[in-house]
Amino acid sequence: MAGALADGTTTSVALTQAHLDRIAAVDGAVHAFLHVDAEGALAQAAASDERRSAGSPLHLLDGVPIAVKDVLVTEGLPTTCGSKILEGWIPPYDATVVARLKAAGLPILGKTNMDEFAMGSSTEHSAYGPTHNPWDLDRIPGGSGGGSAAAVASYEAPLALGTDTGGSIRQPGAVTGTVGVKPTYGGVSRYGLVALANSLDQVGPVTRTVLDSALLHELIGGHDPRDSTSADVPLPDLVGAARRGADGDLSGLKVGVIRELAGDGWQPGVMARFTESVDLLVGMGAEVVEVSCPTFVHALATYYLILPAEASSNLAKFDAMRYGLRVLPEGVASPSAEDVMRATRDAGFGDEVKRRIILGTYALSSGYYDAYYGQAQKVRTLITRDFEAAFAQADVLLSPTAPTTAFKLGEKLDDPLSMYLNDLATIPANLSGVPGISVPSGLADEDGLPAGIQILAPALADDRVYRVGAALEAALLDAWGGPLLDKAPDLEGTL
Amino acid sequence: MADALVDYDDVLAAYDPALGLEVHVELNTHTKMFCGCPAVFGGEPNTQTCPTCLGLPGAMPVVNGKAVESAIRIGLALNCDIAEWCRFARKNYFYPDMPKNFQTSQYDEPIAFDGYMDVDVDGEIVRVEIERAHMEEDTGKSLHVGGSTGRIQGADYSLVDYNRAGIPLIEIVTRPILGAGAKAPDVARAYVAQLRELIVALGVSEARMDQGNLRADVNLSLSPKGSGVLGTRTETKNVNSYRSVERAAHYEMRRHAAILNDGGSILQETRHWQEGSGTTTSGREKSDADDYRYFPEPDLVPVAPSREWVDELRGTLPENPTVKRARLQAEWGFTDLEMRDTVGAGAFGLVEATVAEGCAPQAARKWWLTELARRANESGVDIADLGVSPAQVAAVQALVDAGTVNDKLARQVFDGLLAGEGTPEEIVAARGLAIVSDEGALGAAVDKAIEANPDVAQKIRDGKHAAAGALIGAVMKEMRGQADAGRVRELVLERLS
Ligand SMILES: [Zn+2]
Repeated sequence: MAGALADGTTTSVALTQAHLDRIAAVDGAVHAFLHVDAEGALAQAAASDERRSAGSPLHLLDGVPIAVKDVLVTEGLPTTCGSKILEGWIPPYDATVVARLKAAGLPILGKTNMDEFAMGSSTEHSAYGPTHNPWDLDRIPGGSGGGSAAAVASYEAPLALGTDTGGSIRQPGAVTGTVGVKPTYGGVSRYGLVALANSLDQVGPVTRTVLDSALLHELIGGHDPRDSTSADVPLPDLVGAARRGADGDLSGLKVGVIRELAGDGWQPGVMARFTESVDLLVGMGAEVVEVSCPTFVHALATYYLILPAEASSNLAKFDAMRYGLRVLPEGVASPSAEDVMRATRDAGFGDEVKRRIILGTYALSSGYYDAYYGQAQKVRTLITRDFEAAFAQADVLLSPTAPTTAFKLGEKLDDPLSMYLNDLATIPANLSGVPGISVPSGLADEDGLPAGIQILAPALADDRVYRVGAALEAALLDAWGGPLLDKAPDLEGTL
Repeated sequence: MADALVDYDDVLAAYDPALGLEVHVELNTHTKMFCGCPAVFGGEPNTQTCPTCLGLPGAMPVVNGKAVESAIRIGLALNCDIAEWCRFARKNYFYPDMPKNFQTSQYDEPIAFDGYMDVDVDGEIVRVEIERAHMEEDTGKSLHVGGSTGRIQGADYSLVDYNRAGIPLIEIVTRPILGAGAKAPDVARAYVAQLRELIVALGVSEARMDQGNLRADVNLSLSPKGSGVLGTRTETKNVNSYRSVERAAHYEMRRHAAILNDGGSILQETRHWQEGSGTTTSGREKSDADDYRYFPEPDLVPVAPSREWVDELRGTLPENPTVKRARLQAEWGFTDLEMRDTVGAGAFGLVEATVAEGCAPQAARKWWLTELARRANESGVDIADLGVSPAQVAAVQALVDAGTVNDKLARQVFDGLLAGEGTPEEIVAARGLAIVSDEGALGAAVDKAIEANPDVAQKIRDGKHAAAGALIGAVMKEMRGQADAGRVRELVLERLS
């Protein structure tokens, strides 16, 4: 697309309009978007075309439209985080990553659907209704960033931004056949990302190809003085790494397969695609070793203590006083501030959010802090040590991204614990801050649905995931004879 | 309630007081604790705000390095250890003025800890141990509109101004001060006064108590005499003058004793100081079970001041107040009693500043401790807040030295200063206060006095010069005090010799 813009085959306005048309045609069925800004996107596109015809120096992605997860604040555009409590709130400022998109000239198509406040693995917990997986509209698109992944998979947007707290970019990527990257913690600014769990959250790209992700990652990444946790070091050469990887030479590279994240109980079709992918890497010269990360079995429990603890504190600001929803309690003549707060939070927060607020409040409360939050922080340290030991044996670590392909909408809604298992393989990276990518690995034989492979690298070595991801992508492209998304059903034809 | 108080001597016969002080100091950094908004007093409501200090979704804090520097200098001046590594924590609670519904503060990892300050209490040095000094952010301010009291009860609606939200604060917490006995209120007052002097000397805060730059919470408990067991404490919040700190401690001791004598128990609560009645009233009930769910602020990287930096900052500290006091007492030639009175009146820094403006030390002491202390007492404010500056006092004394006014006229100059009538020179001119030494006018007045008092005149002619006083008095009366008394005496003796 960037190429077609550069050589004048198309214009940004045409490209943006084409995506808006596609949204108009299919989003009624997919529901990837919560808010579409056709006017704003076309204006940005026209400005881009003007810059291009004036011969100004342009970013490679200038004029390529993008969709943004609704957890990132956008000046003048509604930002709801998939929650009723923020219905109608229009932020007065842009997240740093959004400001960088605008500065580089990417028209913003709109805001994508998500699990409320990014809590969930299926985008069924959005207060505005679920997103549907373009591969099978009865199935979930993954979560919490199902909207961004579905928008890219359904050709409603060529690029999207997601956020990954426990796998919310990678897991939807895997189940929709898209590429999703969780950068190193601190590698991309979180300023303007409405925090779910501050120590775990990370903004990252959702795209159709590894190279697109590298381009987008380089655009949004790098130090931001407004985020004190952002790393003040230069980003590695991600685009270069993706291009080198696509050449297909991986000789001298050691890849580690994580024993605890690939085995019994995982869907056989997912495992089969994973094993083939590993074989392809060996074919390109990589050496495979098996590594063990014994503490990863505790990652899920650790995550579900730290996340709700931080979330319970972050969500305290949604109190009906300053922005968003305000509900007056029924049958109370002159309600107190507390009455209004109670009624608003009751009406404004969904069940999953309430569940986690209660859990987090409990985990932090005095008398339980040491047993829960404190203990979780200790296990977190052990998980980081496991990573260090594994990275001493291998340059990158591999696992399937998610244990299964997309399940049916509603199937696990009443069983939060089984829902949580979807993020089993992705959570350790968030707990340790290391970067990871999910690359499509093919379709599972049982159901013909996409599966993904996860490639993890040490912190700040994001270039490695692009190099290996691009190599694998190139090899698979050859094997499939074209992009995996070409095998997806023709949505417009089926509607 | 006042009638139920126990006589102070009876309190001390039965109980030992334990005192604790928590002082909040608002730093004078240019910007707020976690954002770049200006941190200045006043301003139209909500004009000094941004997504971060408004706590908008997505906004993130960044620590103000200058505030950390001030915190370290305060810590060093209080003889504290400075943490090599510390973090901010979230203190989670709901409060209408607090945009995030948590306060970013420090919990178990304060920047400074384990210090002390030697406090001069009427000439006796009392060592007050400092438990910690930590950094935090201020909250916004509510204005309750409607209703008659300006309080939230009965108000139609409330407005919140977030200009103050995020202003850097340092909270300095003492360990329990035991064994002060009857002097507990004096220790409280002297500690706050000396701490404020130190803060001013450090230049880290305006430290104006009347504007809330420096606010003291007075914690007090009583235990049965000799038992050594700490009793239940009350925390009297935001006391805003030295005098009130002393009075609040005094009042709480008598109030606690009244309850304990009746066999009651003290409720652990915050209390509000009522300046007018000199009493405290019940605030929020507080228990040890208050659960703030502290945890380290994940959006901020730890603060790890290098030892080189800390040493460098140590080099910027002002002279130790106790040492300085001894040095200045010698320089000024004050007696121990004069020095003690000066410090006790909270006038030490004022006298120092006045001397620095070129005033003789004894004159500076005289004005602050007599004339100005009296006026402050009448208006119920600290002399520092009276509205007269050291430079003005020095200027008034300069007029006395020049013979333009005498002490009595100088008092009228102070009236003019307090009424905002301009500089001392302008007041002298406008009020016509200058001493008359014009020979013609004086001579005429003297002749008039001699004529009116022939008996006295005769006595003087007979050599009884001591009688001249009566004539001088008459002349002064005639000239409304504005005559040069020495010259009048000369003229009287000249004419009657
Ligand atoms: Zn601000």
